[in-house]
Amino acid sequence: MTATSLSVRLAPWLFTVALFAAWEAAVHLFRIPQFFLPPPTAIAQAFVDYWPAIYRNSLFTLGTTALGFALAVGFGLALGLVIGWSRTIYAGLYPLMIGFNAIPKVAVVPILVLWFGIGAVPAVLTAFLISFFPIVVNVATGLATIEPELEDVLKALGASKLDIMRKVGIPRALPYFFGSLKVAITLAFVGSVISETIASNVGIGNLMLQAQAQFLVPLIFAGLIALAVEGIVMYWLMAVLEARMTGWAHRSGFAQG
Amino acid sequence: MADLTAFVALEGVSHAYGGAGSTLAVDGLTIRVNRGEFAAVVGPSGCGKSTLMKLATGLQFPFAGTVAVAGEVVRKPVKIAGMAFQAPTLLPWRTTLENLLLPLEIVEPHRGRLRRHKADYVARAEALLASVGLGGFGGQYPWQLSGGMQQRASLCRALIHEPALLMLDEPFAALDAFTREELWCVIRDLHAVRGITVILVTHDLREAVFLADRVFVMSARPGRVLSERVIDLPRPRDLEATFTPHFQEIVHALRDQIVRARQ
Repeated sequence: MTATSLSVRLAPWLFTVALFAAWEAAVHLFRIPQFFLPPPTAIAQAFVDYWPAIYRNSLFTLGTTALGFALAVGFGLALGLVIGWSRTIYAGLYPLMIGFNAIPKVAVVPILVLWFGIGAVPAVLTAFLISFFPIVVNVATGLATIEPELEDVLKALGASKLDIMRKVGIPRALPYFFGSLKVAITLAFVGSVISETIASNVGIGNLMLQAQAQFLVPLIFAGLIALAVEGIVMYWLMAVLEARMTGWAHRSGFAQG
Repeated sequence: MADLTAFVALEGVSHAYGGAGSTLAVDGLTIRVNRGEFAAVVGPSGCGKSTLMKLATGLQFPFAGTVAVAGEVVRKPVKIAGMAFQAPTLLPWRTTLENLLLPLEIVEPHRGRLRRHKADYVARAEALLASVGLGGFGGQYPWQLSGGMQQRASLCRALIHEPALLMLDEPFAALDAFTREELWCVIRDLHAVRGITVILVTHDLREAVFLADRVFVMSARPGRVLSERVIDLPRPRDLEATFTPHFQEIVHALRDQIVRARQ
């Protein structure tokens, strides 16, 4: 029992180390040139050499992503509730939203630059635009899947729509909402980095673009690793938040707690 | 002339979900249930039994005929009714006790009193749980209970606001045979103790005969009452009664009627 849980707990670290070790070995074994694929040791060296730049730009990207994500949470939650509230609004907005979601957000960045100039604002807005959709859909789904029998029980007692929403709909939608945050935060990084790559002079996306221009291949990869670390940390935060807020939906874990 | 003196009266009721003109769910349905009576409604699938539930609780209104409960024509949800269905539909984020209190958070006058008289209401809920054999389980979450226990809790939720009318839509259909028979006895006792009027919609003829004072047989869609039969078995009934020849005879007679209704 404990042996299993220990190996399960160690597995993520072991697998990560194994991946980097395999990578390092492959680079040396097949004599892959560093400007094509640098080994992890060279990337680590780039982290040391360029730490101030990586640190500053990572923080910037984290900031724009978090801000865009926060906007997406607020807006997505509100829109999801509105869509879940009314069948008419749902029918009217759904095709529009699907159409909007189908637009590659990279195509929106030039327009944002036109309106707001380059830098933080388009990055925040791109992160927001790309990440609100899953939140809206999930909240609306949570509301739409209220059991009709339960709705009947409450309606027969004279429950208003607001009552049903408060007592059943919103608590029911919460696991969907918190689940969607994990998807949304990952997408928010995609949005901010796209925008920084095209239209910014700060941020990890911009750092990588400059590194590419100067042929600093290990630094490009260092940027990728920095993004991956930020992505994992934020995802983990959302997962912890989800587990704390909606423990009842994860029964086995809850029963242990 | 419509007779609205029965406790629950459906008089010549026709209803279609798409409004007049679309396929009728029930057509010319007349059912009268007296105060304190236990009525069972049986019939083939899709005979509009669930429509009957919705009409009698004021969730739907017929386009022809009259529905009256407790002497009043139904024009809005019937708050003196409690409902339970095949699925227990308990809220998984609330404990069993909190699930029981849910209707009280909705229905007046309890809604306004709940906060100040919380202890009284909790005591009432616990007493109700104890009466169906769930004493001490109030703190458990629904998913920690077995299917039969969840259904008992669902019955308690239907009864917590002390309704005069209990509407049951195949409440035991998803349970195994032994649990089902246990719950028959729970319902039988609740009905005997509380003097509540019960309308039970079911596919199970043994269930209908064991529990009911009167069984209504409905036709295939559009549903209407083909016949009604008074069940003259003496009360209190115990499960042994279901093995007597007289009981079997009644079940067989009803079964023949339903077979004919399906054709």
